[in-house]
Amino acid sequence: MTRTLVVVGHGMVGHRLVQALRDRDTAGTWRVVVLAEEPRPAYDRVALSSYVDHWDAGKLALENADHAGDDLVELHLGDPVVAVDRDARTVTTASGLVRGYDALVLATGSRPFVPPVPGHELPGCFTYRTVEDLDDIRAAAEGGGVGVVVGGGLLGLEAANVLRQLGLDTHIVEMAPRLMPLQVDEGGGALLRRLVEDLGPSVHCGVSTKEIAEAPDGLRVVLSDDTELTTGMVVFSAGVRPRDDLARACGLDVGERGGVLVDDACRTCDPNVYAIGEVAAVHGRCYGLVGPGYAMAEVVADQLLGGTATFPGADMSTKLKLLGVDVASFGDAHASTGGALEVVHNDPVSGCYKKLVISDDAGTLLGGILVGDATSYATLRPLVGQALPTDPGALIAPAGSAGTGIGVDALPDEGQVCSCNAVTKGTIKDAIVVGGCTDVAGIKACTKAGTTCGSCVPMLKQLLSSCGVEQSKAICEHFEYSRAELFEIIRATRVRTFSELVEKHGRGRGCDICKPAVASILASLGAGHVLEGEQATLQDTNDRFLANMQRNGTYSVIPRVPGGEITPEKLLVIAEVARDFGLYTKITGAQRIDMFGATVDQLPHIWRRLVDAGFESGHAYGKALRTVKSCVGSTWCRYGVQDSVGLAIELELRYRGLRSPHKIKAAVSGCARECAEARGKDFGVIATEEGWNLYVAGNGGFRPRHADLLVSDVEKETLIRLIDRFLMFYIRTADRLQRTSTWLESLEGGLDHLREVIVDDSLGICAELEEAMSEHVANYSDEWRGVLEDPEKLSRFTSFVNAPGIPDPSISFREERGQKVPVLLPVPTVGQTNEVAEVKQ
Amino acid sequence: MTAVAENLTWTPVCQYAALEPENGVAALLPDGTQIALFRVADGTAYAVSNLDPFSQAMVLARGIVGDRGGVPMVASPMHKQAFDLRTGQCLDNPETCIPTYPVRVADGMVEVAGR
Repeated sequence: MTRTLVVVGHGMVGHRLVQALRDRDTAGTWRVVVLAEEPRPAYDRVALSSYVDHWDAGKLALENADHAGDDLVELHLGDPVVAVDRDARTVTTASGLVRGYDALVLATGSRPFVPPVPGHELPGCFTYRTVEDLDDIRAAAEGGGVGVVVGGGLLGLEAANVLRQLGLDTHIVEMAPRLMPLQVDEGGGALLRRLVEDLGPSVHCGVSTKEIAEAPDGLRVVLSDDTELTTGMVVFSAGVRPRDDLARACGLDVGERGGVLVDDACRTCDPNVYAIGEVAAVHGRCYGLVGPGYAMAEVVADQLLGGTATFPGADMSTKLKLLGVDVASFGDAHASTGGALEVVHNDPVSGCYKKLVISDDAGTLLGGILVGDATSYATLRPLVGQALPTDPGALIAPAGSAGTGIGVDALPDEGQVCSCNAVTKGTIKDAIVVGGCTDVAGIKACTKAGTTCGSCVPMLKQLLSSCGVEQSKAICEHFEYSRAELFEIIRATRVRTFSELVEKHGRGRGCDICKPAVASILASLGAGHVLEGEQATLQDTNDRFLANMQRNGTYSVIPRVPGGEITPEKLLVIAEVARDFGLYTKITGAQRIDMFGATVDQLPHIWRRLVDAGFESGHAYGKALRTVKSCVGSTWCRYGVQDSVGLAIELELRYRGLRSPHKIKAAVSGCARECAEARGKDFGVIATEEGWNLYVAGNGGFRPRHADLLVSDVEKETLIRLIDRFLMFYIRTADRLQRTSTWLESLEGGLDHLREVIVDDSLGICAELEEAMSEHVANYSDEWRGVLEDPEKLSRFTSFVNAPGIPDPSISFREERGQKVPVLLPVPTVGQTNEVAEVKQ
Repeated sequence: MTAVAENLTWTPVCQYAALEPENGVAALLPDGTQIALFRVADGTAYAVSNLDPFSQAMVLARGIVGDRGGVPMVASPMHKQAFDLRTGQCLDNPETCIPTYPVRVADGMVEVAGR
């Protein structure tokens, strides 16, 4: 018989419960009704502050969050439960929906704590917890000004970063004498404050908020030391309180400091009712991290299916990058264990504070704090409670010095590698050795390790290699190298032919995978015309005939129309060429005109006409820059704030002909209305009142991705310099056929790393990248003109080597809507017998 | 070639010297058959049908030439299926095979035998 589970709340933990139960309940003994207050399915609240980078709530979505296609899950959004009748075993929602339950799970989470300061309800005061909160903050931040964050803990610093990113002059008010008082000690706090203040925000520690009052130009905030701040908004992020109202109303026991009181099995005083996540007080203690919440969800899923799992207690370790500053705190960070010793490395010059807490016999690691550089967190945290593998001083020695850090090999099997999902090293090793996982994606799918905060992904890679799994980077059977490595080999050795490359660094004669990849690298490195000599034989057919092959073997032709701006005279030329050669015409999505149905031998004649009229190749056939699309911009548009057409043309002319691992699309929008759809492009530029915002790594197509904001409000010179660097860094390091979107997602460190490399020049390569781009710009010439001027290249554009004038008789067309379209050959497809082979035998 | 091959009619197609290594060309036989002619890196010339059986388009001469595990092959420019140039066997689908044609070089001319 199918029983009914009602889950109240669809946050990360509620979702994990449903997922875990549905994964394991293969017999379908439970149907699940989820009743949620928020208007959207569960999303990654841990990553909430990244919402500011894209303003795309879709990107915070959790896997399968809407449980689409699962008949046993019923999800109601925007309809909170308002009452529980434990005797009747029913719940009632705000809309009046009544549902009976066999088991009830409360997963209502927390609400932000707003201190009862006079004026805390004035317009301009916000909390920081949901997507809607951020939308409100964003709206209020329009026009800039000052923002005050009340609370200097983990959430407070995240909120402060959001205000800073929104362009506000930010103040942080913290009652404790230091920032992040729960996680760091005095020494770490002092460094943290300095690093945070270096980034702009003003920090007020050891003071509370006394009063908030309306002022002529916003709000006036008075602090306990009588400092007065005039601000546009106040954001409260001073901790959270469990949302236990429902439990209280239906008479369930609650903890002394709030939260629904539960036992080790997460069961309340009513055996049919459970509580999990931030609302649960396990033996009186609430946990404000997602890791323990997930553990509780797993416990309840197990209990519902007749298991006996219990909550093992939680690891409250945290590692965060707050305001660009790495902070990690793990185990007994404050040395509260009797007799605990502290080993501290404090380097104010390099901005790095590290403390290890060890047992009184100096044998066991108890905890630690890392500020400024938290790279050793991944290896140190799993060692908590374990014997120290080496001298504690060596574990926190500065990078580069002898004895630095420890490898994954030093971890015991029971050490947790992924604390978010409580996955041990032993479990991961099993997944690799027994389960046969051969890459990080496989481990993620099999164990869930690395799927929440991702900080352990480097450890997963180490584990793969220490288990003897070689992660092949080979591009194909002819080269043992990745595309990025081939790029460096060709760049360093100045090899300029495929034959020499494959002879010296590969084997065999190459194939349809490595040849176009090498051709693209050669082109990116300025090896002359793409059809010069042997290079022609490396090209895929599109690049070999500088046109796009269509399904019947004919080609389509797209001349470049920079920025989509075209004169009537040029439109007439295209119209006449299409008419004279009998080509099907269509407007493309990239603001140009495509002419279809040209045979190989027609292509030079078509292009002679186009080149004579001033057109050049549009590279629609190449893994290269395609177009820079634009909206009409401030010249005509009454909403435009900048000349988007002018910039798009300048960018398209700058990057035309640039060969890359995959195609590159771009766009420029003249105002925030974004009519050019720039955020769906590999690089997109959106005009602001002050300059331009640059977005990178967007994509449409198969897997849409909104581009990420790289920099805001820069002037044109900076913008172009950054695009130069971005494109060249991508060209050098991406895999074959990897678009910028997947490339960015595969970069270790993601957008932050990209920003460090191309904005802050952390690798010191920016000058080189810019130089490479200026060489490209200086050496550009039109490929089609190059063919027309060279009889040898022209001679390859023939239908038959023994009958050059005769068109391919197999190509025929019929008419549809007034234009011609291809007719396919009426021949059998596969499984043909090989008659000649039989004759030979 | 076996004795049977001597009964074949040979059609001169082009100068061997004009055949660029690993750069396929299409040729038309007297009966209208379209073939794809290749000269691989070691100098051997091969002829196969120009028809890609998967897309039904006459395009194989425009494919990339190379090897797979040492087997000389051409990859269809349409959807990249590879064919053994010696036998016509599709290397991605054991059930598919394309016709091959005997090739010889006589007095510097490449000649292909039709059916």
